[in-house]
Amino acid sequence: MGHVNYEEGKKIVLKGLLLLAFVTVAEVFIALLGKGYVISGFYLPRWFIYLAMIGLSVYKAYFIMAEFMHLRYEVKGLVSSILLPFILLIWAIIALLWDGSHWGQQREDVKSPFQIERQGTILDESEIEDILDTRELLD
Amino acid sequence: MSEETTIQKTETAEAQVASWSGGKEPFKASYGKLMMWYFIMSDAFTFAGFLIAYGALRFSVPTWPEPDFVFQSFPGGITGWPLIFVTLMTFVLIASSATMVRAVQEGQRENKKGVVFWLLMTIVGGSLFLGCQAWEWNQLIVKENMSLSVNPFSRHVDAGTYLAGDGYSIEAGDTFEPGDYYLIHKVDGEWNQIPYQAEDGSIRVQEFGPPAFGSLFYFITGFHGFHVLTGLIILLIITIQVANGVYVKRKNGYEMVEKVGLYWHFVDLVWVFVFLVFYLL
Repeated sequence: MGHVNYEEGKKIVLKGLLLLAFVTVAEVFIALLGKGYVISGFYLPRWFIYLAMIGLSVYKAYFIMAEFMHLRYEVKGLVSSILLPFILLIWAIIALLWDGSHWGQQREDVKSPFQIERQGTILDESEIEDILDTRELLD
Repeated sequence: MSEETTIQKTETAEAQVASWSGGKEPFKASYGKLMMWYFIMSDAFTFAGFLIAYGALRFSVPTWPEPDFVFQSFPGGITGWPLIFVTLMTFVLIASSATMVRAVQEGQRENKKGVVFWLLMTIVGGSLFLGCQAWEWNQLIVKENMSLSVNPFSRHVDAGTYLAGDGYSIEAGDTFEPGDYYLIHKVDGEWNQIPYQAEDGSIRVQEFGPPAFGSLFYFITGFHGFHVLTGLIILLIITIQVANGVYVKRKNGYEMVEKVGLYWHFVDLVWVFVFLVFYLL
């Protein structure tokens, strides 16, 4: 608070508005370009699209918090007490997306138990029967 | 460690103890502002939980609807404009965030007229955003028949040839590749799943997409929309208070406007991530 004067503040608002609008348009443009909507037959690699989207969104979030919410001008202790807890989200994202893809694998196993593979080797019939027996017991 | 630095360290430690022992604001922020920040933090964790749940469910199913295909309508009966409408919505919300900053700045100058003007602009922006969202929901519910439990948007997992047309974009004899997307329409109130011959020769009908897509979309964008709505109500109340001169007497640079502003920017901040996961990824 009070670290920027009125005229500078007005400039930051205009700059922020244009910047955020530009970044949003850039995101949509990259998404459409990468998926072949702009130039037919032209695609960008998926990992590049995802990385660009996440990077640009994090930048937008940073700008909104730093300038619009004035976090840049607050006391260091206040900023840390707000931002540090979000480190937990890194764990949450990794753990739950990992878990999610595992649920997907389990759904596939339930749908077609005869295609269950263990460590890359296709199981023989007796092993499959064992698995099915255990499943029935569980049911 | 030299003696000087030791003394300096002791002095800063003493200063810290003094600043935390009461009667002062060590974070140089009032109680109200501080608590608004911690409320925002906890709310951010709620949204993070929802969005991560979206990610986990999306990772757990083999197909997921393509956002460029789902969100391609524009008012006036236009289709085939992927993501354009939602970009407009996003811009409206960003603009309302910018006008909110202006309201806070005018408040710091104790300019009552300026605060009221920019708060009203913010309310206009927020209402426009909510209106856009209502239109989008209406499009999905009424025209495209997506509900909490049925999701007619999906993608093919195999290649094949359609055996019938759907009267919209599909004609009998059209071929498709894995990953091609479709929308199952309703004909006379009944689902019209188009039959096709898959590459292995078997004859199947278009399958519905993962129902989690619909329920997560309505739930998360609905929860965000609810935040916008409550934000608008609070903004309206504060605007009336400002106009009545309630904050002139407090002589604290319209701090109440600043606190409400924090909440409003937070709504914008969350939209950045909702926009990311639902529309861009």
